[in-house]
Amino acid sequence: MTIPEIFNILQEKFPEAELVLEENNPDPIIRAKCEAIADISLLLRDDPDFSFDSLMCLSGVETVEEFQTVYHLYSMLHNHKVTLRAGGTKEEELIVPTVSHIWPTADWHERESFDLFGIKYTDHPDPRRILLPDDWVGYPLRKDYEPQKTWHKIPLTAIDYKEEDNGDES
Amino acid sequence: MGLIEGRFEPNIIVTSTDAIFNWARSRSIWPLTFGLACCAIEMMATNASRFDLDRFGIFPRPTPRQSDCLLISGTVTAKMGERLVTLYEQMSEPRYVISMGSCANSGGPYCDHGYHVIKGVDQILPVDVYIPGCPPRPEALIDGFLKLRDLIMKETIAKPSA
Ligand code: SF4
Repeated sequence: MTIPEIFNILQEKFPEAELVLEENNPDPIIRAKCEAIADISLLLRDDPDFSFDSLMCLSGVETVEEFQTVYHLYSMLHNHKVTLRAGGTKEEELIVPTVSHIWPTADWHERESFDLFGIKYTDHPDPRRILLPDDWVGYPLRKDYEPQKTWHKIPLTAIDYKEEDNGDES
Repeated sequence: MGLIEGRFEPNIIVTSTDAIFNWARSRSIWPLTFGLACCAIEMMATNASRFDLDRFGIFPRPTPRQSDCLLISGTVTAKMGERLVTLYEQMSEPRYVISMGSCANSGGPYCDHGYHVIKGVDQILPVDVYIPGCPPRPEALIDGFLKLRDLIMKETIAKPSA
C-alpha cells in the first residue's frame, strides 16, 4: 500500500486527528495530533491491511519551531513502510501518548527521547531517564541546553591550563 | 599504609627489603578487569596472545581487592566516574592508576562538547602514568606499564627524610 492510500484510509477513520500529508519529503510523512497517535498506531498494527508489526525507529527531533516524535513503521507481511509524526511548539511541553503497549520496543526509545529531549510520554510503564543519571538537570540534546559544571561534586569542565599559567607568571 | 612503612631510617636492611618488595610489586602488576570505551579494545588486544602482557606478570584480576592497578581504558563519563572512585577505594594499597588514551587524560574528542564526560580522570583520581594516543597502540600501553614499573622500583618503605 502506498503512503497516500494509507493516509486516505486513516483520514476516514480518524477525522478528529488533524491528519496532514507532508509531501515535501521523498517518502511522504503523515502528521497527526499528539493525542491521536496511540489510537492510530493500534489500528496500523492490528488492521490486516496495514499490519505494521515493526516499529523500526522512534526518534525525538528538535526543529527550529517545535519538538517532534517521529515513528518509522514497517510491515514485514506487506513489505510497506510509513512514517508518522507528532509535534508541538516549544512554548509548552510536548506530551505524547505512549506506544510501548503496542510495540514493546518503544519502551526504551521513549525513555531515551525523554532523557535527551524532555518529551513526555503519558502512560509509559517506566518513565525514567535511561542513559543519564536520574538526578541529571536538563535535556542535553536541546539546542538551549546548558551543561552542568559539576555532578555529585565531580567536575565536568576542563581545566584551563592557559589561565593557570598566566596566574603563575604574575 | 602497611605496618612497616615509614617507621625505619633508610639503613642497609631497609633498603634491601625495599629492593625485594619493589621487585615483587613491579613484576606482578595486576590490573582490574574492566574497560570503558574503544581504548578497552586495544587493552584486550594487549592482554591477548599477540602482545601477551602476561610475560610482564600483568594479568587482569576480577575484583578490586586483588588488584594493584586501575587501568582507566577509555572515556570516563560522570556516571562511571562515581563508580571508578568506589572501585579505587576498594583496592588495597599500594595501588596505582594508569590513564590510557586521550579521553582519560583530558576528555579527548569530548573535551569541548561532552556534557557528560569528565575532562581528565586526574580530576577525580591520582594518576601515576598517562598514556597518550587515541587509542594508544598496544606497544604504548606496554610502555606505560614499564614506566609504572620504573616508578615502583623507586619506592621505599623508609621514613621520608626530613
Ligand atoms: S582515547 Fe580515543 S580510542 Fe580511547 S576511548 Fe577515547 S575516543 Fe576511544
